[in-house]
Amino acid sequence: MVAVAQHPNIKLYSYSEVVGLSGYIGNFTVTIKEKAKYVDYDKCTGCGLCETKCPSRVKSEFDLGLGERRAIYKAFPQAVPNKPVIDADNCRKLQSGKCGICEKLCPTKAINFEDQDRLVTEEVGAIVMATGYDLFEWEKAYGEYGYGKYPDVISGLHFERLVNASGPTGGKIQRPSDGKIPQAVAFIKCVGSRDDTKGKSYCSRACCMYTAKHAMQVVEKIPDGDAYVFYMDVRTAGKGYEEFYQRSVEQGAQYIRGRVSKIYPRGDRLVVKSEDTLMGKPIEVEVDMVVLATAMVPAAGSAEVAKLIGFSTDKDGFFQEAHPKLQPVETFTGGVYLAGSCQGPKDIPDTVAQASAAAVKVAALFSKDKLATEPMIAYVDETKCTGCEFCVPVCPYQAISMKPVKSRVHGQTVERQVAEVNKGLCQGCGACVAACRPCALNHNGFTSDQIVSEVDALCL
Amino acid sequence: MRLAYYPGCSLDATAIEYGMSTQKMAKLLDIDLWEIPDWSCCGASSAHQTDHLLAISLPARNLAIAEREGLDVLAPCAACYNRMRATEYEVRASAKTRSQVEEALGIPYEAAQSTISVLELLAERYGLDNLATRVTNPLKGMTPACYYGCLLVRPVAVTGFDDPEDPQSMDRIMKTLGASPVDWAFKTECCGAGLGVTQTDICLEMTYQILRNAKEMGADSIVTACPVCHLNLDMRQKAIEKKYQTEFNLPVFYVTELVAIACGAEPPTVGTNRHFVEANTIFRQLPAKAKAMEEAAAQAGKKGKGAAKAKAAKPAAAESEKPATDEDAGLILAQKVYDDESKAAQLAEILTQEPARAAKLAEILEQDKGKALKVADALLAKKAKEKSAGEEGNKA
Amino acid sequence: MGEVVLSAHRESRELVKAIESASRTKTSLCYQCGKCSAGCPVGFAMDYTPRQIIRLLQLGLIKEALQAKSIWICATCDTCSTRCPRGVDIASIMDALRREALKQGKVVKEVSAFNQAFLNSVKRYGRNHEASLVLEYNARIMNPFKNAEQGPMMMAKGKLKILPEFIKGKGEVSRIFEKVKAMGGDHE
Repeated sequence: MVAVAQHPNIKLYSYSEVVGLSGYIGNFTVTIKEKAKYVDYDKCTGCGLCETKCPSRVKSEFDLGLGERRAIYKAFPQAVPNKPVIDADNCRKLQSGKCGICEKLCPTKAINFEDQDRLVTEEVGAIVMATGYDLFEWEKAYGEYGYGKYPDVISGLHFERLVNASGPTGGKIQRPSDGKIPQAVAFIKCVGSRDDTKGKSYCSRACCMYTAKHAMQVVEKIPDGDAYVFYMDVRTAGKGYEEFYQRSVEQGAQYIRGRVSKIYPRGDRLVVKSEDTLMGKPIEVEVDMVVLATAMVPAAGSAEVAKLIGFSTDKDGFFQEAHPKLQPVETFTGGVYLAGSCQGPKDIPDTVAQASAAAVKVAALFSKDKLATEPMIAYVDETKCTGCEFCVPVCPYQAISMKPVKSRVHGQTVERQVAEVNKGLCQGCGACVAACRPCALNHNGFTSDQIVSEVDALCL
Repeated sequence: MRLAYYPGCSLDATAIEYGMSTQKMAKLLDIDLWEIPDWSCCGASSAHQTDHLLAISLPARNLAIAEREGLDVLAPCAACYNRMRATEYEVRASAKTRSQVEEALGIPYEAAQSTISVLELLAERYGLDNLATRVTNPLKGMTPACYYGCLLVRPVAVTGFDDPEDPQSMDRIMKTLGASPVDWAFKTECCGAGLGVTQTDICLEMTYQILRNAKEMGADSIVTACPVCHLNLDMRQKAIEKKYQTEFNLPVFYVTELVAIACGAEPPTVGTNRHFVEANTIFRQLPAKAKAMEEAAAQAGKKGKGAAKAKAAKPAAAESEKPATDEDAGLILAQKVYDDESKAAQLAEILTQEPARAAKLAEILEQDKGKALKVADALLAKKAKEKSAGEEGNKA
Repeated sequence: MGEVVLSAHRESRELVKAIESASRTKTSLCYQCGKCSAGCPVGFAMDYTPRQIIRLLQLGLIKEALQAKSIWICATCDTCSTRCPRGVDIASIMDALRREALKQGKVVKEVSAFNQAFLNSVKRYGRNHEASLVLEYNARIMNPFKNAEQGPMMMAKGKLKILPEFIKGKGEVSRIFEKVKAMGGDHE
């Protein structure tokens, strides 16, 4: 990421959102809102003094509530740029006018409490969507696992923070409830995944591998530690993956085939009830901590950003690729590409491969002066168009606009509005053709006459 | 409020306390219960294990009578409630099923009315706010474990009014009555039901697990709304204690018994004398328990201000969450005393250098802000004097 | 179970389909995760766990399923169906299997005798009279003293009525029994 930030051809807008888009492939205009950071990044050196003195403490989102941050904070130690922002909702100065210690102490006078949100526009030729994923909110769905009441039942991402050397516990695996080291940890896979009734129907792809990793970390880091992995399948379809999983078993992770039906507390431990389906008997095991491998879902706000940019999402809210096998990084909207888990659950090797593919697609796009598009798009017969503008809002790609034309009517020249189809944006869906009342819009290759002839041939 | 009343076969026999207390409760809450005349058995589990059509026709006979009166039905027994709901659900879902039921009964029935449970009656129809106004004898100090069992909350499509894993309606009712229901994990675990008669050993194991978790989570009693659950938890408690070599002493109440008692009824009048596990002493112990709970809460509250802060500050780790440096602490304290920033900054300096003074000031601040202000003013004045004296000294 | 030979017996498959249609659920949805067995409160006492019963049906081994003790130990608590991630209604399948087993005469006496005694009481009096239920039940399982130690205590607390109450409409009730039987019973 540091290389990205320092590259002369890359402009990094951090703490910003895309709030508007217009145009079409090769010619997009993007409106970006740079949110107020209250820190001038031109002056800030990232020394971090402000963070140490800020009196306001808030639960850290990055540590998923396991640790704390200040109101002025760097998102995480490796953040790029490695400079802080101020969380206005929790800043005492911005909320009530008191404090302001950071401003007093900053050696480069980089703090600016008068900062405002800013709107910027950029002209771009292509867009690559890489908005990532969030985790399924299991606390809302799984009452049998406690609805989030039990502090020692955590998600895989929580566990990652516990085990991370720069995390809230400095890499020590500790119980959130009392800080003790757990002797036995249960890992439950497919929480929210492969669950038609309470969760998502799909498999989240990465969990089998990271659970094997977590199980190994428990066995390695905790002396005499026990790791139980409750699974339905172990999906290890990658290079070296099966061997990795087998290593976790050899190192002592106990794999039990069976989905867990209930977790409840007994004393300060947790009881996990499952069935060992390979043995055919219901079993129960007492552990100190339970880690749930929860489903990957599209990142919050995905639906809104897809609508804004103008491409479709699939039944689960992931960004829809143009073809599941042949066009995995393109969307139906020309000029918009996909990379990573925003398109579907996947792990790091696949994400990197997709990102490289999307980059190449963009490079290929830019290497041409002219663009060949699909010929099967809509067109307007201007003699028939009445300018009613019914087609304009119907188009899902905002490809229709109105233009003035001059015609001679009864010996006089009049100016009127007719519809115009942008060849770059039109994807040939046919919605406008169906909507057009005077039948001025038609579809190349699928004209209304052609379709009616097909119907006649079938029915008459 | 008027409802058709379907007591079911057990409310006059093995669950006689349930019948007594429901009637008493209805009187106290001014609910008019119209007992379905000449009602017949709903068939319970035995019917649906034997024949599907029979299983929905038997309840339908009674529901049809209530339908003619245009009344919804209150069925306190969880099994009757569940079977009636299942019947309504199936008759509404399929015209074929409806015509079969009508043929079996010989009379029309369209499931125009609905059957409700005691929990639904109190928590929704009657309303908890309304119930609160009728409570004259709050059950303060009581820590019941609310046991819902299976049939009140499952299948979700049929019962559908509370969560099947962690239901709260009975808990809310208990809170309205002044009690402090415990949070426990076996609210909806099956007690064994009819297996108590046919395969007793299996049932004892199941009921034992429920009693065990209730006790572990701090319950002093169990509340239920199902006759067979009550039977297993109450009548079989001694047998379970014997088999598992343990002691529970958990009186088992029907929710209606407790509602009636909280609204002024004497416990024996609602059937507490008929329980197997002694169920009257607990009420005499409540005042002492309530007092102990209040004292414990007050203690926690005092420590709580500091403890809550510390808790919010470090949910997990020891090391990375160092307590606020002296400087931070000084500034925070100073800002509590003074609104004026410059004064606060001055005071902070003093406090940082003299932590003993800071501690004392903090103590005073907790008790009396006015006094703390005076002390702070004095400190500043003293410091100002020292400073000017020092400057003079320097000059000299 | 000995060696299991899967064969394409048409009758087995037809019967499994009938069970599925009676319970309004499909066994092909089950991916054998075991959550049902894991949450089953009586699972510890069963010969085949709920998941295994579904497996038997998936393989067409309906005979073994009908002979299982499990279906008579099942308390119909519905925990399995509520938690199944595929929406398989295992509880209804258990019920359908019980009814089919009863039809075929393959029952676990302790439980089916109870049901029979219960329903006989309802047919006779219109309501369930517990004293006569227990008497008939004990007679059927040839254990006259089962649960006997609770009798006197229950009576002392007024929880057991010696004499049955007849409702006026008991004729209506017995007519329902007969009508259902005449209609072929167990209809969907």
